[in-house]
Amino acid sequence: MRIQALVKRIIRQMLRDKRTLALLFFAPLIVLTLMYFFFNGNGNDPVIGVVGADERLAVLLEEREIQFERFEAADPQTVIEEELDGLLDVENSSLKLTLLNDDPSVARSILVQINQALLMQNAAAGGNALALETEYIYGSEDTEFFDVLSPVLIGFFVFFFVFLISGIGLLKERTSGTLERLMATPIRRWELVAAYLAGYGLFAIIQTVIVVSFSVLVLDVVLVGSIWHVILTNLLLALVALSLGTLLSSFASSEFQMVQFIPVVVIPQIFFAGIFPVDGMVDWLQGIGRIMPIYYAADALKSVMYKGQGLADISGDLLALGVFAIVFIGLNIVALKKHRKL
Amino acid sequence: MLFVSIEIDVKGVSKSYGKTKVLQGINLQIQPGQIYGLIGPSGSGKTTLVKLIVGIDSADEGQVEVFGKSMPNLELLQDIGYMAQADALYLELTGYENLAFFASLYPMKKTELTKRIAYAAELVKLTGELKKKVAAYSGGMKRRLSLAIALVHDPKILILDEPTVGIDPELRLSIWNELMHLKNEHQKTILITTHVMDEAEKCDIVAMVRSGALLKSGSPADLKAAYGVRQLEEVFLQAGREQP
Ligand SMILES: Nc1ncnc2c1ncn2[C@@H]1O[C@H](COP(=O)(O)OP(=O)(O)OP(=O)(O)O)[C@@H](O)[C@H]1O
Ligand SMILES: [Mg+2]
Repeated sequence: MRIQALVKRIIRQMLRDKRTLALLFFAPLIVLTLMYFFFNGNGNDPVIGVVGADERLAVLLEEREIQFERFEAADPQTVIEEELDGLLDVENSSLKLTLLNDDPSVARSILVQINQALLMQNAAAGGNALALETEYIYGSEDTEFFDVLSPVLIGFFVFFFVFLISGIGLLKERTSGTLERLMATPIRRWELVAAYLAGYGLFAIIQTVIVVSFSVLVLDVVLVGSIWHVILTNLLLALVALSLGTLLSSFASSEFQMVQFIPVVVIPQIFFAGIFPVDGMVDWLQGIGRIMPIYYAADALKSVMYKGQGLADISGDLLALGVFAIVFIGLNIVALKKHRKL
Repeated sequence: MLFVSIEIDVKGVSKSYGKTKVLQGINLQIQPGQIYGLIGPSGSGKTTLVKLIVGIDSADEGQVEVFGKSMPNLELLQDIGYMAQADALYLELTGYENLAFFASLYPMKKTELTKRIAYAAELVKLTGELKKKVAAYSGGMKRRLSLAIALVHDPKILILDEPTVGIDPELRLSIWNELMHLKNEHQKTILITTHVMDEAEKCDIVAMVRSGALLKSGSPADLKAAYGVRQLEEVFLQAGREQP
């Protein structure tokens, strides 16, 4: 079968190219490890819910520029539903702070601010100290920013390397004339695209498994949900990267031009992947985020790895990735018309 | 005249790249079992014409028919062996792997495939070098491998774009002997482009392409007689001068 012959050839070529294999499999591990050691978080403007605080505490919170909304009654579910970063529950003399902790740097800054506010209140009240009890909705106080970042990074690396290597793979086929030569054989355009997806897809699967296992087993990244859902999400993302890479390679005439797509197509996606809080962006920027595949992959990965959510919760994200892949694959088949009409 | 079957029929084909007209109103017919040679200066449009016939480029006007069906046609491509002017090979793979890959794109049984690979490799004297990676091949070896790939699936029609460039005279002779054999014994139709006049002499019909137009065509003997010269080369030069 023709597809089989093509896939065999693609795999063989890849296996002969040890450098590229190393790049695909080990470069993500090195960068992940570096990020693990060097990363420190950043904050944004947190909003918390407050139940039953007296006027003095409210003034103090205001002075410390903590934004808050008052609630009659609230529980952790309220925090999630109202998209708050935390909940301060004042009951008689006990204080309970529930932190959303979807971004540990935000959670930490809220905790520090509230502690300071309480210290001042206690000093003013003349010493009868209020004890602060802290709870976390996601993760724990041990949560490192890296734990939240890593799902995003894993997705990003899978996307980046698969995009680059499959794109350059097809580009080489174009520049060496072998693509044109293939078009002089009875091969169908969709067979060629399918073979590329299968051939490079195999390496993408191996890469995904290596990167995910390394992150979980060696770097000890938090994985609350199922590893299979992580792999599934990454495979869909890899499929998107593969089809986008091969598609864009038809607009490049050299390897260098392929590399030029990185700042245009790949880097901007980082900004929407959840490393920087998307919610804080202006509306039109958020809108742009919606057309970026990594936005959906990062959301799904964060949901599974960090929040421990299941397939039902990420089905929307997976669907979006699937749609991207199908559209790009279709465009690939059309783009090959450049070489042969049929 | 009796009914003559036509295997390759190019009907009023024109092609432009951007604003430059590369081919204009080309008509040619090739009969089964003919060796048809295209000669003409560099940049005259031979390769473009050949690509249009194979169907890997499309004409702006006119059309190409092979066996009465218009190109490109996936079924017809099974019957065509194409050798591009620039070698299109996978350098990371060995000669054998290249041959086997292209061969397996055609419907062929495994035993037949092995036989065909051995035959094609032997024809271009590469049998001993098949285990080498193509990256380690010389220019002539790559050319020979490309030719072997064009032949490997036993096509009815061979379309060869400057197949003997960079190949030593002795091997060139043996390749031409084999092409003659394929034509005479197996009724293959061969379309070939060349810059070498003694190769053009061996063709049944020679067509001269100049500035994207088909200037003259006919058997080498007829052409020479028409111009009253003894060398095909002189026909070529004179025909060029006649042009406005
Ligand atoms: N892809 C392309 N884009 C633009 N112009 C092209 C392209 N391919 C060929 N040409 C132009 O078309 C003309 C004919 O080129 P072609 O390759 O057919 O010539 P040729 O007769 O095969 O020459 P040679 O004997 O050197 O192989 C040339 O002027 C060339 O510059
Ligand atoms: Mg040419």
